[in-house]
Amino acid sequence: MKYMLNVYSPNSSVWERLSEHERSAISAEYAAINETPGILGGAQLQPPTSATTVRVHDGSTLATDGPFIETKEALGGYWLIEVEDLDAAIELAARVPAARLGGAVEVRPVVER
Amino acid sequence: MLAALVGFLGDFDLAEDAAQEAFAIAAERWPREGIPANPGGWLLATARNRAIDRIRRQRTLAEKTKLLARTGEVRESVDDEIEETPFRDERLELIFTCCHPALASDAQVALTLRALCGMGTEQIAHAFLVPEATMAQRLVRAKRKIKDAGIPFRIPPAHLLPDRLSAVLAVVYLIFNEHYDGRGEEHDGPGERLGAQAIRLGAALAELMPDEPEVHGLLALMLLHDSRRGARIRDGELVLLADQDRALWDRTQIRAGRAALGRALALYGSQAGGIYTLQAAIAAEHAHDRSDWPRIAALYGQLARVSRSPVVELNRAVALAEIEGPAAGLRAIDGLELDGYQYLHATRADFLRRLGRHREARVAYERAHELARSEPERRFLQRRLDEL
Repeated sequence: MKYMLNVYSPNSSVWERLSEHERSAISAEYAAINETPGILGGAQLQPPTSATTVRVHDGSTLATDGPFIETKEALGGYWLIEVEDLDAAIELAARVPAARLGGAVEVRPVVER
Repeated sequence: MLAALVGFLGDFDLAEDAAQEAFAIAAERWPREGIPANPGGWLLATARNRAIDRIRRQRTLAEKTKLLARTGEVRESVDDEIEETPFRDERLELIFTCCHPALASDAQVALTLRALCGMGTEQIAHAFLVPEATMAQRLVRAKRKIKDAGIPFRIPPAHLLPDRLSAVLAVVYLIFNEHYDGRGEEHDGPGERLGAQAIRLGAALAELMPDEPEVHGLLALMLLHDSRRGARIRDGELVLLADQDRALWDRTQIRAGRAALGRALALYGSQAGGIYTLQAAIAAEHAHDRSDWPRIAALYGQLARVSRSPVVELNRAVALAEIEGPAAGLRAIDGLELDGYQYLHATRADFLRRLGRHREARVAYERAHELARSEPERRFLQRRLDEL
């Protein structure tokens, strides 16, 4: 089955408090996840302050500054994965460093046609 | 039967519909043609064939492709030998699916009662005091999530098993307690007691996973608690353990409980037991003619280390009060963060009463009375208040 792993980053102060050594260890973990079989694609996102939200009303486009939903934990990146079942998806999600640093990973099945 | 069908079809709704259809066909045919040699096998094979027919009719639906791939492999044998095909016992896979942590806790309980205990939606709704429509929706949502989110139908692999097994045991114990906490006595209704359902589930788990000590521990705990059911309420009033008529205890259940506890302890060997086994050991101590309070306090001490629960500390304080007196008990519960827990206040009130501090005891009894959930409990606390 295909799943989207939405990675919600912990508060940026968590990252800032980490030592150089800890940061490079975490980067290596992310790199290792990228190499895991079953990863179809993914990306890290720029911070939500860079987001633009687009709506269309009566044919006219309305673009506003900021993310669609303002939350403490912002969507920081995603992966699209293909694995056997939810257990496998949860195991992969649990490896994401953000999940243990105060953030969270949302596992969403993808509609397959 | 449902477990085998769900396992085979990989789809809850399809399995339930097929089972229903098979029963309907049996009701129509058996009186006329006689009961087949293997009624269970006949029902299962009929249900399976009906489900396959239905899948074939829906073949064009893309969402069924995965299902088709699975049923395709076994089609031959189904068509050939209807009653000969052996079915695996797939209850264990089913309960691990029903108790998957990706499902909400109340949905886990409802699904387990529906799928493994065969309880109807109406019965489950009645037992949990919710409208039938609410329960029906809860079940529909849970079944949809199993399908959409890809919750697997299998016994979890070894590295996931400890966590997942404790989720299963928690659901069984939740079902048991729903019956036991005093509310259950009042709303079990004509359906089978939830306590008995939980015990039957526990016994099935013990049979299916004989090497898991906590499974035996939980079964022992439920049996030992349930053995006192007949003595716990007298004329609608709650009777404390010390005042219970021991002749009303169910000796058969106590023996079965002790046997299950023995199996759990043997499997643990020199290791410390888990939370259910330790609680069962405590319940077994209480089933003796005289309670061995120092041993009970020691067991609560072990339990407190495993569970780190203030409720356990509260119970340890009760045992301590039996050994060293109510003042020691009172010191032990000082500072426990359990203000919303009626038994903290009831216990504190009891210690204060025994120390002759009646004014403080009254305040504590009143707080417990406010928090009590069942009528017999409220009446019991009211009696204590009146006696002060």
